[in-house]
Amino acid sequence: MNPRITLAVTGRVLTQLRRDPRTLVMLLVLPCLLITLLWWMFDDLPGNTFNELGPGLLAIFPFIIMFLVTSVTTLRERGSGTLERLLSMPMGKGDFLVGYALAFALVAVVQSVLAVALSVGLLDLTIQGPVWLLTVVAVADAVLGTALGLFVSAFANTEFQAVQFMPALVIPQILLCGLFVKRELLPGVLEVISDCLPLSYATDAMTHLTTSSSTAEVWQDLAVVAAFAVAALALGAMTLRRRTP
Amino acid sequence: MMNCAIEVNDLTVVRGTRTVLPGISFTIPTGQVTGLLGPSGCGKSTLMRSVVGVQVISSGTVTVLGETAGSKPLRDRVGYVTQAASIYDDLTVAENLRFFARILAATADDVERSIGAVDLDDHRDQVVGNLSGGQRSRASLAVALLRQPDVLVLDEPTVGLDPVLRRDLWALFHELADGGTTVLVSSHVMDEAERCDRLLLMREGRIIADDSPAAIKASAGVEDIEDAFLALVEKEAAT
Repeated sequence: MNPRITLAVTGRVLTQLRRDPRTLVMLLVLPCLLITLLWWMFDDLPGNTFNELGPGLLAIFPFIIMFLVTSVTTLRERGSGTLERLLSMPMGKGDFLVGYALAFALVAVVQSVLAVALSVGLLDLTIQGPVWLLTVVAVADAVLGTALGLFVSAFANTEFQAVQFMPALVIPQILLCGLFVKRELLPGVLEVISDCLPLSYATDAMTHLTTSSSTAEVWQDLAVVAAFAVAALALGAMTLRRRTP
Repeated sequence: MMNCAIEVNDLTVVRGTRTVLPGISFTIPTGQVTGLLGPSGCGKSTLMRSVVGVQVISSGTVTVLGETAGSKPLRDRVGYVTQAASIYDDLTVAENLRFFARILAATADDVERSIGAVDLDDHRDQVVGNLSGGQRSRASLAVALLRQPDVLVLDEPTVGLDPVLRRDLWALFHELADGGTTVLVSSHVMDEAERCDRLLLMREGRIIADDSPAAIKASAGVEDIEDAFLALVEKEAAT
């Protein structure tokens, strides 16, 4: 890997995003709108359901959005011949993947800061732990989504297929992450499956931050999410072939 | 053999169930413009991909500048332009070139020179997706010119171009060859044959002639390459 080349990829991806203001606005505004919708739904009800669900959604939105954006963008890169061209140049696979991950992580930082600021500042989400750590977890989720999206793009031949990987890989994680049924109350088999899914740890980290001011467990969960992201990037690197049939 | 830039030995490529290249051998001399001519679908692109090292090959060897095709030391010495423009549609011409220049460690001057060489100065700040097909393939070609490569592999670079520009590009290929670059250009248009120093005529995955245009015509006893191609095919069918 070479920092000059990695950063060239990052810069290029960001320039492409800038060229596509509609995508950029959706990336940044959509999570805020959805969180506001959730808050509004529960506004007239007794109890504080928004406070229970909100943190989980802060973990899930960046994950889903980055997964979709990355799988489609990389698929486009595979299809247009630019990936083949880059790999015939002095570009490492790591340069390509980390370059992409960096660019989208940067977008995720802005996206998460906006969503967290809105939730905590305007929608009265109460957080016991440090707010900045909430943002860190959201960014880690976004990077995880990017990494999985990169990996999955290798198994899709068309953009239609890439989008179908969302219900296949993402929705089960949302169902089992503890947002609907607490993970320890799931049937045994599902609880074990839930333990193997990265989004469960992301949601755990978020929930922990709302209920407790201690951060040790959050860092543990964060480490698990990061490990999944690195593993997905490594698997993604294996799917980048310099030679194709 | 240092005067051979490219050495292909008994190359077999199978794609799916189809044998595209059935075991072919040839060499390409250094510092010349070699044309790879043949009808669409005869295996030109597959052969070029093998030379660049992006094609999975079944057997045989492809050696470029003394190294295995596609190996690491070749990655900044071999330039490759695919038939479809391999550039980013949502970036401008200049942005595309600046990006690839950073990958190849080329300079801002190289970017300007490349844009000039393919005559896209007037379109440099236009988004590639809004350009015509010919302009897009020129932008793609410009990327390969960023750093003068030792070997330049061009897959149908002049299709659909204005005759004036086509002439200029061929002049550029010869200029590069005079500077020591080995240029391998494919085309399905036989009238481009005369512009090459050397020709490989290809049909159904096999090389049916490998010589200078004049020698190929002389041995077939005809006036142009198209007739020579026909004569070779008929001679083969007769035997």
